[in-house]
Amino acid sequence: MRLPALVFVALIAAALAAPVVAPYGPERIDLSIRREAPSAAHVFGTDELGRDVFSRVMFGARVSLAVGLFSAAVAGASGVAIGGIAGYAGGGVDAALMRLTDAMLAIPRLPLLMIAAVVLQPSIPWLIVLIGVAGWMETARVVRAELRALGGKGFVESARAAGASHARVLVRHLLPNAAQAVAVSITLAVARGILLESALSFFGVGVHPPAASWGNMLYQAQAALSTEPWLAIAPGAFILMTTIPVSLIGERLARTRN
Amino acid sequence: MHLTPTTLTRFVARRCLQAVPLLLVVSTLVFLLIHAAPGGPLAIYLANPNVRPEDIERLRRALGLDRPLWEQYWSWLWAFVRGDWGYSFSDGRPVVARIVERVPATLELVGVSLACALALTMPAGILAAVRRGRWFDRVTTIASITGISLPAFWFGLLLQMIFAVGLGWLPSSGRATPGEGDVVDHLQHLLLPTAVLAIVLASGWSRYLRGSMLETLSLPFIVSARARGLTERRVVLRHALLNALGPLIALVTVDAALLVSGAVVTESVFAWPGLGSLFTEALARRDYTVLMALLMLSASAVVAFNIVADFAHALVDPRVPVS
Repeated sequence: MRLPALVFVALIAAALAAPVVAPYGPERIDLSIRREAPSAAHVFGTDELGRDVFSRVMFGARVSLAVGLFSAAVAGASGVAIGGIAGYAGGGVDAALMRLTDAMLAIPRLPLLMIAAVVLQPSIPWLIVLIGVAGWMETARVVRAELRALGGKGFVESARAAGASHARVLVRHLLPNAAQAVAVSITLAVARGILLESALSFFGVGVHPPAASWGNMLYQAQAALSTEPWLAIAPGAFILMTTIPVSLIGERLARTRN
Repeated sequence: MHLTPTTLTRFVARRCLQAVPLLLVVSTLVFLLIHAAPGGPLAIYLANPNVRPEDIERLRRALGLDRPLWEQYWSWLWAFVRGDWGYSFSDGRPVVARIVERVPATLELVGVSLACALALTMPAGILAAVRRGRWFDRVTTIASITGISLPAFWFGLLLQMIFAVGLGWLPSSGRATPGEGDVVDHLQHLLLPTAVLAIVLASGWSRYLRGSMLETLSLPFIVSARARGLTERRVVLRHALLNALGPLIALVTVDAALLVSGAVVTESVFAWPGLGSLFTEALARRDYTVLMALLMLSASAVVAFNIVADFAHALVDPRVPVS
C-alpha cells in the first residue's frame, strides 16, 4: 500500500501547493503563445488562449481531488447513517430504506447526475454534495449487512440492559464493527467521485470554465484533437495517476479485511 | 432448483410484483428531480430574452405545469405506463418514435461489446486465479486496475487520436460513412467504440471473476475433487468455474442493463447514433420528456435484468432458493 499511498499524498501536496508549483497563473491568458506544443517554458504546451496547460493541470488537481475526497465523505456519512438505521431498526424501516437503495442503484448514476447538474446548475461545493448523494448506496448496503450479521449477538442486548440508548448502542457498539467495510467503500467512492466529476465536466455540466478541472480541460481538448493533441494527454494522465493509486489502496484494504 | 412450470411462473410473478414498488420509487425520484427544480422544466426558456413571459405562461398551462405537483406526477405516470411518453420538447415528435429509431444502433454496439468483454473476461479471470502471483496474474492485474480507473471518455479520445487522427486507419466517429454502407465500413466504425466498452467492462469483470475463482478454489470440495484424481482442467473449468460464475452473472446482467439503455459516454465520444447519444443531445436541449423516458427505461431494464440474473443464478447454483 505504500507506493500508491505515497503517490496519492504527493498529488494532494502538489494540489495544495499549486500556487507555488505552477509556473503561471491558471487563468493567465497570453494570446501571443496560443496553441504551442510542449516546450521547456510550457512543459505540457499551451491552449487556445495561450494559458499554460501544466499550471492549469496543477490548479485543476485542487478541484478534482477536492471533489473526489469530499464527495466520498458525503457518500460515506450518508451511507453509514442510512445503512446504520436500516440495519439497527430492521422491520419496516429497513425494508423501506433498502427499497430506496435498490431504486437509487437502478438509476444509472452518470445520467442522473448529468440531469441534476443541468437542472440545479451547482457551484463546486454543491457539485460535491450531488456526487456524494448519488453515491451512498454501496456504503449503506455494507453497513446494513454488517449490522444484520451482528444483530443477534449478546453484546447488543447487554449494552441495552446496562441502560445504553439506541443511538449509543448503534454508534459505540455496532458501527465500529463495520469500520473496515466502510473504509473500503469510501476509498472506492473517492475514485468514483473523481471519475464522475471529470465526466460531468467533460460533458460541460460539471465545473465551468474559466476554472480549470481535469474534465473540462478534456472538453476543450476534444475539439482540437487533430491540431493540438497535447491538450488531451496531460489532464487524462493525471486523472489516471490519481484513480489508479486510489483503486490499489481500496484493493489492499479489501484484502486485509479477508 | 427443480424447474417446473409452476415454480417458474411463481418466481417470475413474485419478482415482477416486487418490482412495482421499486419502479414507483424510481419514477418519483426522476419526476421530482426535474419538476422540483427552480423554474421547473421550462427553466431554460426563463433565461431566454426572446421568449416572452406570456408565452412561457401559455406553455406552462399547455404542459399542465400549473397543476399541483402530485397531480402532474400521477398523470405523467399513468400516461407513461400506458405507453404514452409524450412529445419531445425539442422537435415535437413523439418520444417513443425518437427512442425506437435509436435502439438498433445501441443494441448493435452493446451486443458486440458485451460479447467481446466476456471473451476477454473468461480466460483472463480464470487464468489469473489459477496462476495466482505469476506473471500472467500480475500483468492482468495491472491491466484490469488500469481499466477500472480509466475515464472511458479519455480512453476514447486517445484511441481516436491514435487510430483515427494519427494513423488514419479507422473513422473517428459515426456508424457508417454516408453513401458507403458496406460491411467493412460498418465494422471499421464499430471497432473503436467497441474497444472502449469491452476493455472497460472486461477490466471490472475479470477482476471480479478472479476473486471469486480464488475463493472457490480454496474450498474443500476442490481439494476432494483433486484427490479423486480429476484432471486439473476438469477441476477448474467444471467444478470451480460453475461455482464462481454465480456472482459474475449478477454483475454482468446489471452492467448489460445499464448499457442497453445507452452507453452515454462512449456513444457521445464516438457520435454513435444510439440511445446514449440521444441522452446527451436531449440534455443539451433540456428535452425533459426524452430524458425522463430514457431514465425510466434504464431503471426498468435494470430491474428486469435483475430478475433474469436471479433466475440464471438459481439455474447454475442449485443451492440458491427460488422462493
